[in-house]
Amino acid sequence: MKQFTYERAASPEAATAAAKAGGRIIAGGTNLLDLMKLQVETPSQLIDINRLPLDKIEETPEGGLRVGALVRNSDLAADPRVRRHYGVLSRALLAGASAQLRNKATTGGNLLQRTRCYYFYDITKPCNKRAPGSGCAALAGFNRIHAVLGASDQCIATHPSDMAVAMRALDAKVETIDAEGAERVIPITDLHRLPGNTPQVETTLKPGELITAVTLPPPLPGVQIYRKVRDRASYAFALVSVAAVVEAEGGRIRSARLAFGGLAPKPWRVLEAEEKLAGATVNAAAFDASATAVLAGAHGYGSNDFKIPLARRTLRAVLAEATRT
Amino acid sequence: MKMNTPVGANALDAEPQGVVGKPLDRVDGRLKVTGGARYAYEVQQGPAAAYGCVVEASIGRGRITSIDTRAAERAPGVVLVLTYANAPEQGSGNHREAHPVLTGPEVSYYGEPVAFVVAATFEQARAAAYLVHVTYEKASGTYALRPNLERARSPRGSDASPDSAVGDFVVAFAAAPVQLDATYTTPLQSHAMMEPHATLATWDGDTLVLHTANQMLSQGQKVVATTLKIPQEKVRLVSPFIGGGFGGKLWVNADAILAAIASRQLKRPVKTALTRQQIFHVTTHRSDTIQRVRLGTDRDGKILAIGHDSFSGNLGREQVFEGAAIQTRSLYAGANRRTRHRLVPLDIPVASSMRAPGEAVGLLALECAMDELAEKLDLDPIELRLRNEPTEDPERHVPYSSRHLVACLQEGAQRFGWAKRNPKPGQVRDGRWLVGMGVAAATRGNPLMPSKANVRLGPDGIATVKMAMTDIGTGTYTILTQIAAEMLGLPAERIRMELGDTLFPQASGSGGSFGAASSGSALFDACTGLRAKLARLAGMDPDAASFADGRIAVGGQSRAILDLVGADGIAADGEIEPGDTLKNYSQQSYGAHFAEVGVDADTGEVRLRRMLGVFTAGRVLNAKTARSQAIGGMIFGVGAALTEAMELDPRFGYFVNHDLAEYHVPVHADVPDVDAIFLAELDDKANPLKSKGIGELGICGAGAALANAIYNACGARVRDYPITLDKVLSALPAQT
Ligand SMILES: Cc1cc2nc3c(=O)[nH]c(=O)nc-3n(C[C@H](O)[C@H](O)[C@H](O)COP(=O)(O)OP(=O)(O)OC[C@H]3O[C@@H](n4cnc5c(N)ncnc54)[C@H](O)[C@@H]3O)c2cc1C
Ligand code: SF4
Repeated sequence: MKQFTYERAASPEAATAAAKAGGRIIAGGTNLLDLMKLQVETPSQLIDINRLPLDKIEETPEGGLRVGALVRNSDLAADPRVRRHYGVLSRALLAGASAQLRNKATTGGNLLQRTRCYYFYDITKPCNKRAPGSGCAALAGFNRIHAVLGASDQCIATHPSDMAVAMRALDAKVETIDAEGAERVIPITDLHRLPGNTPQVETTLKPGELITAVTLPPPLPGVQIYRKVRDRASYAFALVSVAAVVEAEGGRIRSARLAFGGLAPKPWRVLEAEEKLAGATVNAAAFDASATAVLAGAHGYGSNDFKIPLARRTLRAVLAEATRT
Repeated sequence: MKMNTPVGANALDAEPQGVVGKPLDRVDGRLKVTGGARYAYEVQQGPAAAYGCVVEASIGRGRITSIDTRAAERAPGVVLVLTYANAPEQGSGNHREAHPVLTGPEVSYYGEPVAFVVAATFEQARAAAYLVHVTYEKASGTYALRPNLERARSPRGSDASPDSAVGDFVVAFAAAPVQLDATYTTPLQSHAMMEPHATLATWDGDTLVLHTANQMLSQGQKVVATTLKIPQEKVRLVSPFIGGGFGGKLWVNADAILAAIASRQLKRPVKTALTRQQIFHVTTHRSDTIQRVRLGTDRDGKILAIGHDSFSGNLGREQVFEGAAIQTRSLYAGANRRTRHRLVPLDIPVASSMRAPGEAVGLLALECAMDELAEKLDLDPIELRLRNEPTEDPERHVPYSSRHLVACLQEGAQRFGWAKRNPKPGQVRDGRWLVGMGVAAATRGNPLMPSKANVRLGPDGIATVKMAMTDIGTGTYTILTQIAAEMLGLPAERIRMELGDTLFPQASGSGGSFGAASSGSALFDACTGLRAKLARLAGMDPDAASFADGRIAVGGQSRAILDLVGADGIAADGEIEPGDTLKNYSQQSYGAHFAEVGVDADTGEVRLRRMLGVFTAGRVLNAKTARSQAIGGMIFGVGAALTEAMELDPRFGYFVNHDLAEYHVPVHADVPDVDAIFLAELDDKANPLKSKGIGELGICGAGAALANAIYNACGARVRDYPITLDKVLSALPAQT
């Protein structure tokens, strides 16, 4: 860990100004500190936002929820309103990490956590995300946990969050404030970027821009499922995960929202796959057609080839469960 | 005493107090849960220690062309940067003889220390370690086992012989009416013990004191002395508490030697701990294996030919091979037999012992092959094993010291509900889970090591036991307390155990399942000596005397022991040496594993549902710690079967997933209902306690029971461990 200075932010405005000047925001620290110990991240200044009043879950006038950026993953998962109306989110949170980590991890930090690519974590290895232009060790290396969709030949890392996948299915919105004090609302679909030729640029946030909250739209009708497929029963990242909100009646699907984790550099969603289901009769062919739409263009890199059939099977299982009468 | 003949009836059999075998809580439990037990890294001694951090080589093989330490030396707090340029000359040898560090510009494996940065705090040392700038000239290296099998050689100078043969395996196998020929692979594994390797080194004049996490102090003392070229008496190792080892701390690691050298140069204590990421490369691991098992039987399933060939890898200069075929020499009957081990020299970190070296991975192959064979023969897998139960060791033609594999299989089958298993795969469903059951035999060699002990009964009525024994979390303090209490007729609270210091009598240490038997037998011998002295003082016949409740008694006469002790107390030494019973008997502990797994019909995720191990291991010294050891071993087996693998990247010669986020050991949620029981047994050829090793038996065969259960659940016969979901996916039923 490189030496750094530490400062406690007095207000969101102060935090973002300090961050723009080169400081690094720290929330739960469960990701940032690990990366600092390994010198993957080497901030010279930490700006602690933990005392800012961003830890509330409030109802919005539209009937949704506004989740402060500092709400801990445990608290968000346990909130009765979340459990009742946003089950997919509660389940996704509880499927992540461990109880201890969830007690520290925050909503904002979870969205902005970095990839778990093994090579990214080891500064002696080439990695375009960590050291732009150095190459991508994962491309021809061991890439079991890597992306099959949305990757580029510069980087094939996945975004590891479970929470963000559920939020993507729910069409959450991310509220921010920038160094000039300007606030904006970013649809979660626009928060994370695909790697393209600049895998080091992971989000559309401006330098110093602080996440203040995530808003959830009013509850959706239908069955909510979060299915996480992983190498052990707990405390492992998703190989594939599916967040689904499906409304069906009388053997017909009215609507479906589907988001995927473990497959891509960002929480993944394919509207065409949902359109294929809207109005469709509940049957295997419809599920399969939806899976085909999700996986169009999917490409494995060796150790992760299995994710393609696995994603198809998982989605089919989730849809079958969601429409079971 | 020397174990040359069976011990016959002895003082422990009478058990007037009945302490031995009781599920006594750990005597050091309170210290551990209150933080009172000091582990190596927590010891404070003498002036404030400086802290060291290792810099690892980031190439697999080659040469250092330059090391620039200037920035590190200027960094805050730094007091020393050791490299090969300023490290002393050291003794050499394989990893069981010496552990020289920073010996020159040559890099022979990834992660080999190339520098050691010492600073006022660990954080400063770690930060400065990143400032050491090393450039290399890379050489091409040989890293992966499979593509290099043609380089395999017969290992020499190792403790076990690599080959064995009885009869004519080749001819008998070719002629056998039923044949099974299957190849299995097991991955590279890391011990992943909880406590990292850590050392506090101090010099007291020319004597080196190392507070270090080490399983075998007396061996470690020799290795340190050879490495540092100082007399053995000038090396003291102290290790009263160890947070797990599993073989990873059997020998001396870089932490101890680097701290010792730095401390000598700085003339102040130096402390270091490896980070978790470093442990994977800087210390040892278990080699991967490629194993071919061939079983030829008659139509009734009687084995006519049994062959087991195994390849493993190690750093070129090492001779240790993974003895994966060793259990095949004694587990089943059969007139024609052959086992062969070949070692491939590689340029990777040192492979060494990891919990049940040999059997742990050998049984993953053999016991899976037995399952495949049973199916071919249309026999129940338990029945197949019963038909091949030998009456004597089939290779050495000596009797077994004790062997109750059949009883374990039968008792386990009954308790587990084996009769309910549907032999046809893929038939049992519970919601989304395909459910299957599997069985496997457990066996583990039962060694005995030389060990000494001293016991002294003081006028305060406290008996103090001293030995350079270690407790690596297994419960050694507790079982030794029980043995002393039983033998001396004292309550357990009156026994003070002083372990973990080479100032005490030389002991076996913990490893290879020999710890309890070896140290316990030495203590038994010492207590026997003390009893004789007390009896003589009481004017009683030592052989007739019984000891209980603080009194010595013969017939109707009894005396309080304390009345005999006198002001100076009374002491005795004891000793055990392995002898002819190892030659004249085939000694193993045995057991049977039963596992029920669920395989997710959609995703192929495998989850253990319940598991039972039934074991026989001679006298059980403490029902609770024995069960914990067995269960811990079984969970180790669950990891081996389902999740654990270090992935080698042959481009760099390193293990890619070198942290506990991505090297997956089982977590609580992976371990639902696991139970272990021990059937009564006494083995009077093993040692005077009549006990056998327990620490490794639980892992032996455990993973194979899961593999067989997976096959039974879904029809996927995976021969490539660990059985991750990608390997079963293609065998799953079509989705409807
Ligand atoms: C062993 C392990 C296993 C895990 N398993 C899982 C898992 O299975 N599933 C899963 O989803 N996650 C998992 N996690 C990751 C965990 O969820 C994240 O570490 C956590 O959510 C990050 O939150 P934090 O508040 O601690 O972030 P921090 O570490 O504090 O910050 C992370 C990043 O976000 C930035 N940041 C934080 N807050 C803000 C803000 N308000 N505005 C702008 N920038 C901000 C920081 O600058 C930093 O770059 C695991 C982590 C570990 C260590
Ligand atoms: S996948 Fe991305 S993060 Fe991983 S090594 Fe390649 S560039 Fe780096």
